[in-house]
Amino acid sequence: MVKIVNIGMNHETAPVELRECLAMESDSISKALDSMRELDCIREGLFLSTCNRVEALFITDSAAEAKRSIISLMSKIGNIPEEELISILYTYEDSDAIRHILRVASSLDSMVVGEPQILGQIKDAYVQATLEKTSGVIINRLMHRAFHAAKRVKTETEICEAAVSISYSAVEMAKKIFHVLDGKKVLLIGAGEMAELAAKHLIAQGVSSMVVANRTFDRAVQVAELFDARPVSFEEIGPQLADVDIVLASTASPEYVVTHSQVKNAFRKRRNRPLFFIDIAVPRDIQPEVNKLENVYVYDIDDLKGVIELNKTQRQQEAIKAERIVQEEVLKFEKWLKTLAVVPTIVSLKDKVEAIIQAELKKSYSSFAELAPDQKETIQALMRSVAEKIINDPILYLKRKAERPTLNTYLDVTRNLFNLDQDGLGKNHPDFQRSSRLP
Amino acid sequence: MTYFWFNLALFFELLATGGLIVFLIKQQKQVFRYSYRILLAGFIFHTIFLITHYYSLGTAPVLDLKSALSFFSWSIICAYLVFQLKFKLMVLGSFVAPFAAFLMIISSAMPWFEGPVKPVFKSLWLTVHVGTVFMGNGLFAIAFLAAIMYLIQEYQIKHKQFGSFYKRLPSLATLDSINYHSLLYGFPFLTVGMITGSIYAQYALGTYWQWDPKEVWSLITWLFYAALLHERLAVGWRGRRAAIMSIICFCVLIFTFVGASLFLGGYHSFSSLGAR
Repeated sequence: MVKIVNIGMNHETAPVELRECLAMESDSISKALDSMRELDCIREGLFLSTCNRVEALFITDSAAEAKRSIISLMSKIGNIPEEELISILYTYEDSDAIRHILRVASSLDSMVVGEPQILGQIKDAYVQATLEKTSGVIINRLMHRAFHAAKRVKTETEICEAAVSISYSAVEMAKKIFHVLDGKKVLLIGAGEMAELAAKHLIAQGVSSMVVANRTFDRAVQVAELFDARPVSFEEIGPQLADVDIVLASTASPEYVVTHSQVKNAFRKRRNRPLFFIDIAVPRDIQPEVNKLENVYVYDIDDLKGVIELNKTQRQQEAIKAERIVQEEVLKFEKWLKTLAVVPTIVSLKDKVEAIIQAELKKSYSSFAELAPDQKETIQALMRSVAEKIINDPILYLKRKAERPTLNTYLDVTRNLFNLDQDGLGKNHPDFQRSSRLP
Repeated sequence: MTYFWFNLALFFELLATGGLIVFLIKQQKQVFRYSYRILLAGFIFHTIFLITHYYSLGTAPVLDLKSALSFFSWSIICAYLVFQLKFKLMVLGSFVAPFAAFLMIISSAMPWFEGPVKPVFKSLWLTVHVGTVFMGNGLFAIAFLAAIMYLIQEYQIKHKQFGSFYKRLPSLATLDSINYHSLLYGFPFLTVGMITGSIYAQYALGTYWQWDPKEVWSLITWLFYAALLHERLAVGWRGRRAAIMSIICFCVLIFTFVGASLFLGGYHSFSSLGAR
């Protein structure tokens, strides 16, 4: 029996250090897909890797073996011992796996529920799987269901509307202070994925100029090139505070990078223009007392999460709606999945009918010789339509029974009734590649 | 007929206030659009009332507290409507309209002033004096309301406690800018109002300045606003401190407007204005 299995880890199960180990570049994903394809026990596979999750989705006939192979594959890629890996992995099967992948695509499983990036990432993962030819009928259908579910969640609920990711909520917060970010200056202290993402968001909102400071000046120059910004040395942070409007700090420094007295000194020159600190570093870069200064607003990562929580509570109702949509889509997919069991029989039935038509035409070929070509065509069409009408009801009947536990009995009866297993036209072999004929 | 326009204006302004409060809660733009039109209609009726009242009295209708409050209310709505054109800030209406309507309700509860007007009040100088002072007051009222909104929003952002107002109120920069602009435009009006008042006093009473309690308090109010404007322009005050200061200034202004007229006596007091 074919099984859909999902093995993975996300921000809830795995600490960031382990997720980092497994976070893969696209070429290493294609290597992972390569090794997946070589595993005989795996029929179709897909690999998803983002900064918050690593997931392997696969279709298999022998689940236990496939799971073992995938886990050893992951442990090899991430260089993590298998025992340690198993403790942070979750495994979903069948309906749970389907629901999980739909929830991931709809951003219901994200660290920040409703964030829009995940759908793009999952689409990329799917495209890669199709390019590597590791996806097949079931994954194709499943992923399209997932995209459809994500789209429904997006349009039918308001879950995606408000502040959705930490960088996004930082930008929202900046807008609540400055109204527009056009012409504002940003100081980026330190660099990291999150800081760069936030910086990109700020630039997209019209921030006019950016200054980058880093403990190592070389790195500052590198990051500055990325954003068309000006690099400065770490010692220049103090004077820069008099000039900029938004400070984005994310260094790995164990002590504060910006202190109360530094900001206080800068304020004489600032003429009280508001200054917004976004501190996404752990441990924090900005001394918390800085927030006590007038016209200064300091938001650390927990505060930004608070902003997200605020939106989250407002979206509780929407989340319930979204889960309902996902459930609907899961049921639809399962229904389709079950009809898959009927497909080989239907295909055999159609093949047999086609064979009979061809055989009978051949037999009567001589007596058709005098007829005009269009008359011949009419006769052929007539035969085909009669034959299709006859098998139509049995096919519909089988499809209706697809969800019944007694399906196999109906399949047996059908195969015996139409004698599908003896003339070699329809072997009882689940040929999924041909299920595309299914309407 | 004059009273009919007053009641019509009162009714429309109350209706608009209700609508704008509903808008504040429900955040439906449609509600705002209707309320805004109703407020505009109320403002037009209010203007008609003021004009007819002006003609029936032969001078600006500000000689008793009832009329003065109604004129104050009108000037606040007027200032708001002008600001709405520039800032398009819907939520401001939800604060301005209740304030203006509150003044109108107090005004409506008071008896109408009847009887002839002293000839000395039938002067264009009075109209100019009162008109400019009240325009200034209207703008300062906007500054005051924006300052309150600023303090609410600033508290939420600073303390990271996001109440239901967080989403409904605009950015700090917008609120500060409204506060600043209403101060910037209001101050010249107040200044011109005081100068014309002094000229009018010279015509009517024979002296530019006579240390009347209202004159003194007006001067104090003017100095407060002058100080705030100076700090804003020269020292670079903004945000919270400027907001608190403009609230204090407005309290002084209200005292000058109501307190000095009612309790401190002098020729500006309504009892002396009414005793013709």
